[in-house]
Amino acid sequence: MSSSTPFPSGSIARVTGRGVAVRGDDIDTDRIIPARFLKCVTFEALGPAVFADDRAELKPNHPFDRAEHQGAQVLVVNRNFGCGSSREHAPQALMRWGIRAVVGESFAEIFYGNCLALGIPCLSAEHTAALALQAAIEADPALELQIDLQLLQASTPAGTTWPLSLAAGPRQMLSTGQWDGTGQLLANDRELLATVQRLPYLQAFAPAG
Amino acid sequence: MSSGTLYDKVWDLHRVAELPGGSTQLFIGLHLIHEVTSPQAFAALRDLGLGVRHPERTVATVDHIVPTTSQARPFADPLAEEMLATLEANCAEHGITLHGLGSGRQGIVHVIAPELGLTQPGMTVACGDSHTSTHGAFGAIAFGIGTSQVRDVLASQSLAMGKLKVRRIWVDGQLQRGVYAKDLILHVIRTLGVKGGVGYAYEFAGPAIEALSMEERMTLCNMAIEGGARCGYVNPDQTTFAYLEGRPMAPAAEAWPSAVAWWSALATGAEAVFDDEVRFDATVVAPTVTWGITPGQGIGVDETVPTLEATEPNERPLAAEAYRYMDLQPGTAIAGTPVDVCFIGSCTNGRLSDLQAAAAVARGRQVAPGIKAFVVPGSEQVAAAAEAEGLDQIFTAAGFEWREPGCSMCLAMNPDRLEGRQISASSSNRNFKGRQGSATGRTLLMSPAMVAAAAIAGRVTDVRTLLKA
Repeated sequence: MSSSTPFPSGSIARVTGRGVAVRGDDIDTDRIIPARFLKCVTFEALGPAVFADDRAELKPNHPFDRAEHQGAQVLVVNRNFGCGSSREHAPQALMRWGIRAVVGESFAEIFYGNCLALGIPCLSAEHTAALALQAAIEADPALELQIDLQLLQASTPAGTTWPLSLAAGPRQMLSTGQWDGTGQLLANDRELLATVQRLPYLQAFAPAG
Repeated sequence: MSSGTLYDKVWDLHRVAELPGGSTQLFIGLHLIHEVTSPQAFAALRDLGLGVRHPERTVATVDHIVPTTSQARPFADPLAEEMLATLEANCAEHGITLHGLGSGRQGIVHVIAPELGLTQPGMTVACGDSHTSTHGAFGAIAFGIGTSQVRDVLASQSLAMGKLKVRRIWVDGQLQRGVYAKDLILHVIRTLGVKGGVGYAYEFAGPAIEALSMEERMTLCNMAIEGGARCGYVNPDQTTFAYLEGRPMAPAAEAWPSAVAWWSALATGAEAVFDDEVRFDATVVAPTVTWGITPGQGIGVDETVPTLEATEPNERPLAAEAYRYMDLQPGTAIAGTPVDVCFIGSCTNGRLSDLQAAAAVARGRQVAPGIKAFVVPGSEQVAAAAEAEGLDQIFTAAGFEWREPGCSMCLAMNPDRLEGRQISASSSNRNFKGRQGSATGRTLLMSPAMVAAAAIAGRVTDVRTLLKA
């Protein structure tokens, strides 16, 4: 299925929605979106192809295929999620399927940055909290989770909470709506010129003068 | 916190500004693009009404989707054709140099930038490709980025980044005969794990590293990302300078002395402080082969597939999944494992010295019956140099196919792929499930010489036994 929720925009202080758990360490971006789906010049069609080979292997029991998880917005994973290829197609595919926040024990750096650039927070949970959250989702797929970037916790309407962490920088960028940073980078033109002028390799290695 | 390392110095030199939110705006000295991760970035620029800030600092080539049999246009695959046509149109519109098919300079982006002299010490290098870490071999700070960041570099020649910690990987001793940089990096990743480098830049140093050629250093840094480290680097030295001198985009003769002086001053000094250090002994590294589904699941060719009991408790679920997927039994020797396909190439091991090492094994021997074996040079320049010394003849006489340059079966975005449950001996960088184009295909990573040995024997074989013969 494809997402009917709007893509992230503006300030992101919390994400509320049902969860979907994908268990396992070191799930790489080739598994999130196999390379054959990268033959495209737009990201538009990627949503249905997310986890394509894993889903085919487990058909029809992969969490992304199970009826009770359709429309889920919070993905809960384990360690080193998103390792391998830098392809932004991976978070794009997750986003277009409907994911709006990822909670995991740890993330590969490029994947984490790619998610941030799309306004999808990746929050960390301790091992036991991640497992408990996954178990809670599997026990009750209709459970409405709230991922709060200010309180740094996941919570249920019944009041169960799990602590999460998110570095101060990404947290501020998301909550102020400045996660899409091109504008910020264009604001420092004078400083950029000064950098160009002090780098010898951009000045034909001529002595500074 | 690290200080005085090459990473610290290059970071400081390229720092444009501190951004609200705590990240640093970092100037990007060299931006490389290819057909897979750039089209959406150009489309985003168009949507934002932005141009390319420094088109002369971006260089393009086509590598991932090109066929390696016939490269005649239009490609048989209309999607591949559309991707290349889009790259051509974007480069033409924005005044970006594209090293296209037949230019004599086309090839895998991480092969051509070094051979053209574009990659130089002290630069920041970014590309929408995780193996950008390759360029760290020159003492550059080089890392992979996503497509939104490609857009940012095109628009501003800079990126919002967080500073990494620095771990020195110190390697004493020397690699033994039949053991290559590929074996060393597989050994490092096996030891530190695929997550061990997350948050770090890896500085490779020590006598074993200093003895490596530039091409070997590229192999090493290429796979830093497989250990979780977004960038890896080697301090520039005489080996670096000798490689660069006279290359088309290297500093001209009149600038050369000041370039070398600047590069030399960037190297990590004796007073440098690291966040962490790990020591290795090169003399104990054996030809290394992966048996599982991550590059960290590697063993010496003379070892057995590890048992669950011998595996760290939190690595056991992945090991169990790997046994199942690979259909390899714990406790059995990896040597002797039959293979179906042998692939020599990729940004890890598609350079001239890689082909020379493989050809030395293939010379005068024959690929075993039923084995598909093929060699894909990393670039048009590598292909020409290999053909000039007759390597193509050695390979074809031995029963290998000699192909056109590209990424090929490393990730199988072109027609080169595994079928069904085929198992490959591959000189590439990733043994992930489904990586080589079949959802059930299996990959054993190893050095190019080991791939050649596997092709001759039809099974995983210790290349040292063939080198002695």
